[in-house]
Amino acid sequence: MYDVVVVGGGPAGMAAAIRAKELGLKVLLLDDNDYLGGVLPQCIHPGFGIHYFKEELTGPEFAYRLMNKLDGVEVKTSARVLEIINYSDLEKFVVFTSPQGVQKVPTKTIIYAAGARERHAFEIGIVGDRVAGIYTAGETQTLMDIYGIMPGKEIVIVGSGDVGLIMARRFSLEGAKVKAVIELMPYPGGLARNIMILKDFNIPLYLSHKVVEVRGKGRVEKIKVVKVDENLREIPGTEFWIEADTLVISAGLIPNVKLLTEIGVAIDPSTGGPIVNDRLETSVPGIFVAGNALLINDLVDYVAEQGELAAEGAREFIENGGIPSRRWIRLVKGENVRLLAPHYLSGERDVWIYARVRRPMEDVVVEFPEIGKKIKLPVIKPAEMLRIKLKTEEISKAEDKITMRVVKHG
Amino acid sequence: MGKVYRFTCIVCPLSCTIEVEVENGKVKDVKGYTCPRGKEWAIEEVTNPKRVVMSVIPVEGGKLPTVSVKTEKPVPKDEIPELMKFLAGIKVKPPIRVGDVIAEFEGVRIVATRDA
Repeated sequence: MYDVVVVGGGPAGMAAAIRAKELGLKVLLLDDNDYLGGVLPQCIHPGFGIHYFKEELTGPEFAYRLMNKLDGVEVKTSARVLEIINYSDLEKFVVFTSPQGVQKVPTKTIIYAAGARERHAFEIGIVGDRVAGIYTAGETQTLMDIYGIMPGKEIVIVGSGDVGLIMARRFSLEGAKVKAVIELMPYPGGLARNIMILKDFNIPLYLSHKVVEVRGKGRVEKIKVVKVDENLREIPGTEFWIEADTLVISAGLIPNVKLLTEIGVAIDPSTGGPIVNDRLETSVPGIFVAGNALLINDLVDYVAEQGELAAEGAREFIENGGIPSRRWIRLVKGENVRLLAPHYLSGERDVWIYARVRRPMEDVVVEFPEIGKKIKLPVIKPAEMLRIKLKTEEISKAEDKITMRVVKHG
Repeated sequence: MGKVYRFTCIVCPLSCTIEVEVENGKVKDVKGYTCPRGKEWAIEEVTNPKRVVMSVIPVEGGKLPTVSVKTEKPVPKDEIPELMKFLAGIKVKPPIRVGDVIAEFEGVRIVATRDA
């Protein structure tokens, strides 16, 4: 019997497996791809690892740093997990298929680090012809940076999230023309450093605009764009067409939690990931979650950190037959907080809070009124995750809940 | 009063907003940076903008069809199109390890960022 089966060999899963091994646990790491690293091998741009490795790396380099520490971990690639069976708190099974056939392995705990999927064209209400040349940003990244295939010549990108912006740079560098980035919201969706890419390549960004229709025979030929008002409603008469052969959708990521919902893990509708305590344990005892399956992160450094935390949780679970706490203090969303995790705090350990705001604001205070904690920040944006440490002694001041709210300073 | 350039720093994910004031072609003042690297970058962004460049190069018979590469140092922005043309002409054979030097362009080494 394994102590931990880690589902997913991306940064969260690898960091979890490495930490679990360091803690003396018997670990199996499963990934459905035929190479480890999750999305990292295709994220060939620099900017990774500043916090975690104190050095700036590309995605593949970050992945190799982790892979090199996997010695002693049993790893299976091309292994797709079909089912998780929660037999009891202390005995679970993971059913997976691989070139060796279908296997069912017993384990004491599971760390679920299956990442996220991309939202696709149908989810954002684009209508028209079903033609070739419509991709998600991640698909184009796989095509170009793993397989060396250019997806198109004249490209329109929907959404100004980080993956879309990074691909705008890749397309431009490799000689394609990025004709426009179309963003529904009145502010950009990606990190400020990535918005610089649009300036570098003179790519027009249309804020408060929406792609509504695609037309073409066999292949994308033209794309219809319309302006939206503050309630995101289309403004009649503002339609225009852009000629392009490729439409790239970068409309956000959704935590990949299907296998967890099948066994009744409670999901937080605002993160799209499971509701967790401060060991990243889900509502099913002994099942932990880390990385983009927990909530969509913007830095891989945080993803790896969550993997390690989940591994420490798994060790504690095995040693104590569960994650004990005298009481759980709820962390609650207040003003201008769109999502947060973890949801339950024990007050027995320091905790990193990950959160996102609803709308951009300048000169703000992040407040936790029940414990009297205040943090001043010059600027906050929905694209940039807030990561705040709450100390054991601060958390223990609370009765039953701690509210997090972001308000104007003064 | 000189011209003020406003940037989002791209040195690290902190994304500081840095303002550089330039008068008669000389940097007069730099504001908004949190680290010396950011200050240096902002001054360079006005006087001689540079970027780390990444791409992929075909690998004949490798584990994956391409190997990812990056320039070891940032290169001047106006040299990037020429660098990309140079990279488009290269093919490599396995084995390649992370960190191997694949080629050199204008004195800047092009290193592999994946195994192949």
